[in-house]
Amino acid sequence: MTQAKPIISCRNLSKIYRMGDQEVRALDGVDLDIAEGEFVAIMGPSGSGKSSLMNLIGALDRPTSGEMWINGKALSEMSRDDLADLRNETLGFVFQQFNLLARQDAFQNVRLPLRYARKDIGDIDARARECLELVGLGSRMDHRPMQLSGGQQQRVAIARALANRPRILLADEPTGALDTKTTAEIMHLMQDLNRQGITVVLITHEPEVAEYAGRQIHFRDGRIESDTAHPELKRASGG
Amino acid sequence: MKYGVATSSAAEALFSNPMRSLLTMLGIIIGVASVMVMMSIGEGAKAQIEAQIASVGSNVLTLQPGNMNRGGRNQGGGSGRPFAESDVAAIAELPFVTAATGVLSQQASAVSEEANWVTNIQGGSAGYFEVNNWRVEEGREFTAQEVQSGAAVAVLGKTAVANLFPAGNAIGERIRVNSVPVEIIGILESKGQSGGGGMGMDRDDTIIAPLSMVRNRVTGGNRWVSRHVSRIQLLVQDGYDVIQAQEEITAVMRERRRIQPGDQDNFAVVNFADMIKQRAAAAETMSMLLAFTAAVSLIVGGVGVMNIMLVSVTERTREIGLRMAIGARGGDILLQFLFEAIALCTLGGLIGMAMGWIGVFAYAQIANAPMMVSPIIIATALGAAASVGLIFGFFPARRAAQLDPIQALRHD
Repeated sequence: MTQAKPIISCRNLSKIYRMGDQEVRALDGVDLDIAEGEFVAIMGPSGSGKSSLMNLIGALDRPTSGEMWINGKALSEMSRDDLADLRNETLGFVFQQFNLLARQDAFQNVRLPLRYARKDIGDIDARARECLELVGLGSRMDHRPMQLSGGQQQRVAIARALANRPRILLADEPTGALDTKTTAEIMHLMQDLNRQGITVVLITHEPEVAEYAGRQIHFRDGRIESDTAHPELKRASGG
Repeated sequence: MKYGVATSSAAEALFSNPMRSLLTMLGIIIGVASVMVMMSIGEGAKAQIEAQIASVGSNVLTLQPGNMNRGGRNQGGGSGRPFAESDVAAIAELPFVTAATGVLSQQASAVSEEANWVTNIQGGSAGYFEVNNWRVEEGREFTAQEVQSGAAVAVLGKTAVANLFPAGNAIGERIRVNSVPVEIIGILESKGQSGGGGMGMDRDDTIIAPLSMVRNRVTGGNRWVSRHVSRIQLLVQDGYDVIQAQEEITAVMRERRRIQPGDQDNFAVVNFADMIKQRAAAAETMSMLLAFTAAVSLIVGGVGVMNIMLVSVTERTREIGLRMAIGARGGDILLQFLFEAIALCTLGGLIGMAMGWIGVFAYAQIANAPMMVSPIIIATALGAAASVGLIFGFFPARRAAQLDPIQALRHD
């Protein structure tokens, strides 16, 4: 684990949902620092607040109270458009259900974040191709999601997340819909990306999946229950 | 704003469900088609009426004898006692009358060396040309002396010339009109189709000759009125109220024809320009009705588009969430859905235009009206369609743009 300056930083972060007259404290005063280059697994049972934290780190949602910084910038001071740009340039998302556009082929799906980019990123098509080759799908660029296996769809999603060279990759149960062998392949790919310097934050409730991460944070009832380093990373078998 | 991604996404959405798109467009199609037909009819009628008023003149009055009952049977318009040349002279002396002419007309068969042709012959005085706004293109008008002496000369319209002299020069040639030999001294400038009097008639198909010659040698005299004319045409001075002129002339003629106060006129003073304007008003009413149809149809179509766009936003909430998650701004989403609505309406507009063009063509055939499809009409029709897309697409597009990313992403 490196002790560089934190790329993600949370202070006294709370998220409270109101369901009727009931108050649900999804996050309850969380303090957390994640350094650049870390591979963090966030674990916990459902309702423990891990997904809420992911939404906040992903700049998709705003906290009820507390402050957070990504890449040194306080999110509370950013407008809706600033947050969109942050998601576009700094963050990459991988979802459990892949969330690919069904009517577009793999290449077009990967191109999408590049087309929304506001900074100049050069040759969009070349970058999209490069990303698909990186995840091993260089030969299936014109396949639509329906024509790809679950593992391949998730690789397309990872390629899409990588397109704008993000500093942080956020993966929300990325292997939740995949079999064991494919899970190992995807996790191996994430480890490779982490070694190339991308900070990876992974949400999972499966201990075997969390084993791939260098640091495991357990959540319970909106609070951090444990935060442990795992210097011995699990090596992906096969893949 | 990223226009590229917005337009391609919009186009894709449009063609992914063609049946729905087509049904959504239906209102726009009908609306645009009626906009086009309406404007074409309106513009065509306006052009036609302007041409007619220009050729007839809005300050020309025509006096016609009234109907005559013979044995209890109405003999039809103009069958009553004709006017006399002294009536023409009396009217010409009125201070507000610029020019006046008596007219005698009859169908006539004309024969040249080369061909023969059935047309009509108009007998008039020297003022005939000015009153009827005829200009001589070649040769000359006949003079007052020639009218006085009953000279056998004639000025021909373009159509008559073309039929009698297919080979060429007519000036100086002789023709026989109902067996009367006449020398051609002039050819008139073309006026084209349809005057105020004769709807759809070719006004260039005519022969104009001195009144006295026509009476003496072609039509023959009248049993009750010597030196008769069947119509009087006169030109009211510019700036003088035509209605006022009509009333004054009516008063003069009642006296000359010895009509007792309280008795009905046995003649009529007609302003053809008025009749044309009435037809114009009718055409305008038609246009207004179609404009109303078009507006209603476009609004109904717009509501349909808005409805489908709202459905589309709901259906694609998850997609919107994903686009936001990977960095689309609210503005990008707004543009995407706005373009989709505009594209839907513009495509509907294009189809509507094709149908409108067929409608205009059909109308032109049925009503024998000129076809008027100007670039302005096309631009207006398409612009109206695109505007409907913009206006009715805005609300759904804004709703999409304002979605909360996380809620959109979690939407099933």
